[in-house]
Amino acid sequence: MTQEHRKFICITCPRGCALDVTMEGEAVVKMEGNSCKRGIDYVTGELNDPRRMVTTTVRVRGGVHPLAPVYTESPIPKPRILDLLAEIRKIELRAPVKFGDVVIENALGTGVNVLASRNIPAKSEAS
Amino acid sequence: MLKEKYDVIVIGAGPAGLAAAIEAKKTGAQDVLVIERAQELGGILQQCIHNGFGLQIFKKDLPGPAYAQRFIDELAGLHIDTLLDAMVLNVSSERHVYATSRGSGFVELDTRALVLAMGCRERTRAQIALPGTRPAGVYTAGTAQRFVNIEGFMPGKRFVILGSGDIGMIMARRLTFEGAKVERVLEIMPFLTGLTRNYVQCLQDYDISLQLQHTVKRIIGNDRVEAIESVQIDNQRQPIPGTEETIPCDTLLLSVGLIPENELSRKAGVSLDPVTAGPFVDEKMQTNVPGIFAAGNVVHVYDLVDWVTQAGMLCGRNAAQYAIAERKHLGRRVKMKAGDNVRYVVPHVLDKESLAESAQRLQMRVTLPIEEPVWVEVMNGEERVTRKTELYVRPGEMVNIDIPQSAYDAVQRASELSVRIVRR
Repeated sequence: MTQEHRKFICITCPRGCALDVTMEGEAVVKMEGNSCKRGIDYVTGELNDPRRMVTTTVRVRGGVHPLAPVYTESPIPKPRILDLLAEIRKIELRAPVKFGDVVIENALGTGVNVLASRNIPAKSEAS
Repeated sequence: MLKEKYDVIVIGAGPAGLAAAIEAKKTGAQDVLVIERAQELGGILQQCIHNGFGLQIFKKDLPGPAYAQRFIDELAGLHIDTLLDAMVLNVSSERHVYATSRGSGFVELDTRALVLAMGCRERTRAQIALPGTRPAGVYTAGTAQRFVNIEGFMPGKRFVILGSGDIGMIMARRLTFEGAKVERVLEIMPFLTGLTRNYVQCLQDYDISLQLQHTVKRIIGNDRVEAIESVQIDNQRQPIPGTEETIPCDTLLLSVGLIPENELSRKAGVSLDPVTAGPFVDEKMQTNVPGIFAAGNVVHVYDLVDWVTQAGMLCGRNAAQYAIAERKHLGRRVKMKAGDNVRYVVPHVLDKESLAESAQRLQMRVTLPIEEPVWVEVMNGEERVTRKTELYVRPGEMVNIDIPQSAYDAVQRASELSVRIVRR
């Protein structure tokens, strides 16, 4: 079977290892350049089900800021990112918001929750 | 309620300042105060809503505000004072801090140890001398980040980003998420200046094109940016004629580097390294001024917040230890006051333990002559510690008296000693 070489940059941590992957059809037969085993998981993910963490903001009514930052509890499938952003744009929270509040449960049926990244106190609470 | 004197005052409540304050308190500093310019704690992390923080320290992939929240919550549980929405106006080398805020008004505070954690600021258009007109629509990437992530408005619709630093690339993705078009990221160097992972997950994932060895030749537009003219750069960093391209856009973001913010450090007499633009520090993160410490981006610009936190912790621990030693030492010191007919006394301060070693000589001058026998008396309030006699005293002739070692116990009871010269 013919071998194919593909290059990846692992984004799991700030080190950003440059990975050299040798493939036979769909199968990875060799990998070079990774500093840890998470590189293998990353490439497997990129080939079969690429996922990303998504961070954005949600409107908040009555808070010290008009927005609350939110994040996906774990990475979601890459092709769903824009759909998720559209979904989040429809939401408006009411202050106070607490760090870790579930903003969307099981977003788009992915099984991943969207959580608030910080506290947004109500305007009157702030000194 | 603010105290007049603290063990440790920290200037800046970003990741370095929060870590320093928490660690100082845990190390045993009694009173710790954090002074912050913004209305809330957390510093720049509050606008860095992307993830990637905490992988080293928490083994978790957190967004910036979530990373900050952990420290804000810990700080709240430790009874650390905070002064928010406050500007530090000046700091002396004796660690006297002048600050003002809407809540407190103008305040003067003393501290046994001071931690400088003011962070850094972005380089602007002026610092890279960008030619062209001066229309609206030219921002630093961090300013745009604050607009989009905290204040809730978009600074433009079509963007060009100059500089491949992390904030620039992260903003390229962020603006795309919010419906803007990022036409191009230009980088003058032949390599990426931010992290490679950000190239992958911010630019490549969204088909945003990056051009290395390219820069902005000029900005076009009168009231508002209408386009920028880009140009390719050769290996000698010279523009290559004929490679110009006009890229229509309404906003130009600059991600062209950060500078440690050290105006206060300079006022306190802290010497700065011309290479880092931050203070010279020792292994304790102490500057050349005793009792003044520094940590985080104010010292040199980091690429990972986890490392800033670690520097803050190291600095806070050492600042607390300095303060604790200072407090012990100060408890042993007794002030020397000039009493009746004494103009001044040298030394001004005496270490009580010095009497364990030897008698201690005091020297003084009188205010008025007395041409008859006098007592020179060292007093602790109404209690006499020692005395001697002189046949006369005159302002032109210095007077000496020794505190004998036998007065050791009497001196231990004093917080202040006075010397008076009275007729016998």
